[in-house]
Amino acid sequence: MKRTVFRNRWLPYALVAPQVAITLVFFFWPAFDSVRLSLYRASPFGDRLIYVGLANFERLVRDPAYLRSALSSFVFSFFVTIVGLALALLLASLANAKIRGLAVYRSLLLWPYGIAPAIAGIIWLFIFHPSYGVLPYVLSFVTAYQFNWFLKGWVAMTLIVVAAIWKQFGYNLAFYLAGLQGIETSVLEAASVDGAGPIRRFVAIVFPLLSPVTFFLFTLNMTFSFFETFGLVHSVTQGGPGDATSIMVYRAWKDGFEGLQLGYSAAQSVILMLVVITLTAMQFRFAEKKVTY
Amino acid sequence: MKVFVTRIVALAVVVLGASPSPALAKTDIQWWHAMQGVLGERVNEIATKFNATQQDYEVKPVFKGSYPETLNAAIAAYRAKQPPHVVQVFEVGTQTMLSSGAVYPVYQLLKDNGVSMDWNDLIGPVKSYYSTNGNLASMAFNSSTPILYYNKDLFKKAGLPDKPPATWDEVESMAKKLVASGAKCGYSTAWPSWVLMENMHALHDQPFADHNNGFDGLATALKINGPFGVKMMELLQRGAKEGWFTYNGRLSKAEANMGGGECGIFTSSSAYIAGLSRHSEGKFTWGTGFLPKMAGYPQGNSIIGGATLWVMKGAKPEEYKGVAQFFKYLASTENQAWWAGVTGYLPLTNAAVKALEASGHYAKNPHQKTSVNQMAAGKTTPNSQGIRLGNFVSVRDAIEEQMENIFGGKKTAKQGLDDAVAKSNDILKEFAALYK
Amino acid sequence: MARALDTVAGVAVAAPPRPRRRDWSGFVAHAILVAAVGALAFPLYYAFVISTQSLGEVSSLPPKLYPSTSLLDNYAEAWARVNLGRMLANSAVMAIAIAGGKIVISLLSAFAIVYFNFRGKQVVFWMIFVTLMLPVPVRIVSTYNVISVLGWVDTYWGLTVPLMASATGTFLFRQFFQTVPDSLAEAAQLDGAGPLRFLWSILLPLSKANVAALFVILFVYGWNEYLWPLLVTNTPQMRTAVIGIEALVPRSGSQLPEWNIIMAAAIMVLVPPVAVIVAMQRWFVKGLIETEK
Repeated sequence: MKRTVFRNRWLPYALVAPQVAITLVFFFWPAFDSVRLSLYRASPFGDRLIYVGLANFERLVRDPAYLRSALSSFVFSFFVTIVGLALALLLASLANAKIRGLAVYRSLLLWPYGIAPAIAGIIWLFIFHPSYGVLPYVLSFVTAYQFNWFLKGWVAMTLIVVAAIWKQFGYNLAFYLAGLQGIETSVLEAASVDGAGPIRRFVAIVFPLLSPVTFFLFTLNMTFSFFETFGLVHSVTQGGPGDATSIMVYRAWKDGFEGLQLGYSAAQSVILMLVVITLTAMQFRFAEKKVTY
Repeated sequence: MKVFVTRIVALAVVVLGASPSPALAKTDIQWWHAMQGVLGERVNEIATKFNATQQDYEVKPVFKGSYPETLNAAIAAYRAKQPPHVVQVFEVGTQTMLSSGAVYPVYQLLKDNGVSMDWNDLIGPVKSYYSTNGNLASMAFNSSTPILYYNKDLFKKAGLPDKPPATWDEVESMAKKLVASGAKCGYSTAWPSWVLMENMHALHDQPFADHNNGFDGLATALKINGPFGVKMMELLQRGAKEGWFTYNGRLSKAEANMGGGECGIFTSSSAYIAGLSRHSEGKFTWGTGFLPKMAGYPQGNSIIGGATLWVMKGAKPEEYKGVAQFFKYLASTENQAWWAGVTGYLPLTNAAVKALEASGHYAKNPHQKTSVNQMAAGKTTPNSQGIRLGNFVSVRDAIEEQMENIFGGKKTAKQGLDDAVAKSNDILKEFAALYK
Repeated sequence: MARALDTVAGVAVAAPPRPRRRDWSGFVAHAILVAAVGALAFPLYYAFVISTQSLGEVSSLPPKLYPSTSLLDNYAEAWARVNLGRMLANSAVMAIAIAGGKIVISLLSAFAIVYFNFRGKQVVFWMIFVTLMLPVPVRIVSTYNVISVLGWVDTYWGLTVPLMASATGTFLFRQFFQTVPDSLAEAAQLDGAGPLRFLWSILLPLSKANVAALFVILFVYGWNEYLWPLLVTNTPQMRTAVIGIEALVPRSGSQLPEWNIIMAAAIMVLVPPVAVIVAMQRWFVKGLIETEK
């Protein structure tokens, strides 16, 4: 616990002022405004503002398109998170041996973190291209099925899932590798001596010991796929075909900025707020010990 | 050379005007638009030409992004009390602009500034769409209508005569032959809802929405799930299944397929002529025709797409004077003819059409006349004056979402259209509730 | 696989080496990691290959997997067509300003929180914490209103300042400052040095590693931000590179899909953040670990 403090009256206020100012103006004001706007029906030019209470939310819940969008978001996040983590854990386990050059591998795996989801999407868009992409070309030798993401919703969803997983993969792998390296081999040796096979050892010892890492990566990937993949959808599929890849973030933007239905879009923002609060609460509840005030 | 001299003159004017003599200071007119590439250059050209004709006003065109982005920018600017003088808004934004209370109607602007214009010379569909009670609300600028394009080389390969299809039956049989002869796509279209729903209904004198397509009051219900709409969608659903109709996406995405030489028959905006000419150069020859008709329905007309220029409230009277002068300049027959000639958009006055005829422009560019002829051959009925809907962007989205479900075989035509109507009515009622 | 897991336990910290078994597990580990690195790198390699081909080569099947000769032409064309130079400059301004601004502001706030007691400290702390739950997508419509009221649309101010307040940076520095021995602060006070002196001469040099770590993360974040610049800018001159790529992807009939140009642009856009990660790797890894605590 810090005990030494400086005794200035005004200096601390001056020091926190920039952050507080920006936070108030650009975080709190818009956030309150979003909540406020969600209770109104607003005309695009701002000339009409009619209080409607929870009507926008009612409309959202009744709207099959919005429910589909929520479903798409969950499906997308689920696949990106679960498949991404499973693959990373699998590979990390297989590669977890005392070898030289782990640092080199790590750097060769982490660089995709620097690629914007939108760019990753465009690259994979081309790989998936029905006419000249390498992936449908290779698949055409195996099956006559048309992998046209323009028409088939699930192909489009696969496209963005793959692009997102690709971008996050090295990151997940690096964390799992580090986590595995931190497991005391003596524990595993003891279990092995006790007669536990490798799979048993994994399930009963390794996986539980990795649970902090898993949990942390889980919430991280979920947050990423919910909130940071707008660019991916906007530049690659624009929510299509139909609304197969219209994740919640994309829908909120589209209804607000193209459809000019401001109150409706604000209501969607409020719902997203609830999602992020839940995810953040999960993250901090678990790491509670670290957040000492 | 002429442009160069004009620019030197303009520069001289500006340099001379840099002296602190108020009489030489030009009033700025901000013109926000969404024209990219070559079209953007033409916009700059016409502004420069106007600026060179007089010393009092300077029109400054500013490219603000896509149509939705330009509209959003104008709205934001208006709310921040710094709107542009003139903003180009796409046709689906018409109702939004009309209801907004933020616009200075064009007929009023011209009247207040003593500029007279022959409204009756505007071609029918343009005049009716952008007028309320017979008075023009916004200045017609770039209007187009969809027409049919066909790839002559692919036609020859399929053994088809060099003539575009005139009916949907012909589209089907020709497209089938095209695919059989190896074409990647028999028939496709850009702007799916605009062409296949909005224009088809208007072309066959079928109502699209209630309240006379929104002309008699804010529309709150669509009518596209009637027998005609269902028949149209069932035809194309079958086409997608049988392989002679290829769906290539919303907006103008499909134009890439036509421009790449893949499609035999194609429907899109008449403004696509420029793009198609460029992409097909040296690769294949093509022709144009009227939109195909479905047998057994009356004759209506195709409707206008594109955009118009709206004047925003909140500027000073002297500035509005300049806007009025600018509009007068734009509306002159000479400039109308020039603009339509270099862009491929519809000439907006009958006088301009005649001028283009007389100068031999249409003889050299026959395809540009197809859209004009198509509109002249149609009949303007209440169902074909256009469609005015609030939140039209969201409505189009809702319709196209269902169209994609229908083409992909996920829903029957009737079910898809019913769903589209249900969602759209919801959206329309929201808008109407704002202005009760 | 069973064998690899088995031998993981066998690779004890100081157990007498069993040469054959260790070689095998090491070999497998290397194989897996090389495969992972290759799989991650393939899309980028493929994108690069495409960026060197001519349009004819791109649209022909089967896809060629080796570089071709049109590299300079494509890159020059991509540069010219969307004025990539200007957009890269905008991205650079955004990335550097945000990284720099965030670091300075969080540093000052953390310093105030750790080294001072002042009324309202708790409020400030929770205010900063709450911003974690207000990511951009949650406040889009209202944020745009705020920005336009301020007249910051289409300006560098609008692009950078609102993103300069961050909880992660503040928490990072706070955690770090709490590990700095009290004795240093005491000594400074005894010497008669004021708090700012202490910050500048003692804390700052100690924080170098954290600053570097944060810089890498924030630079990548600022460069790759998509939704914010999309909201706040309208004109092409102010757009950032990640959004500018979109202008090349065919969405209208006046453009044919020219994937070689698109890939060339994509490569040019992703090089700076990836280069920063690779060059400042060590700090990047540190930053990842520290910021996610």
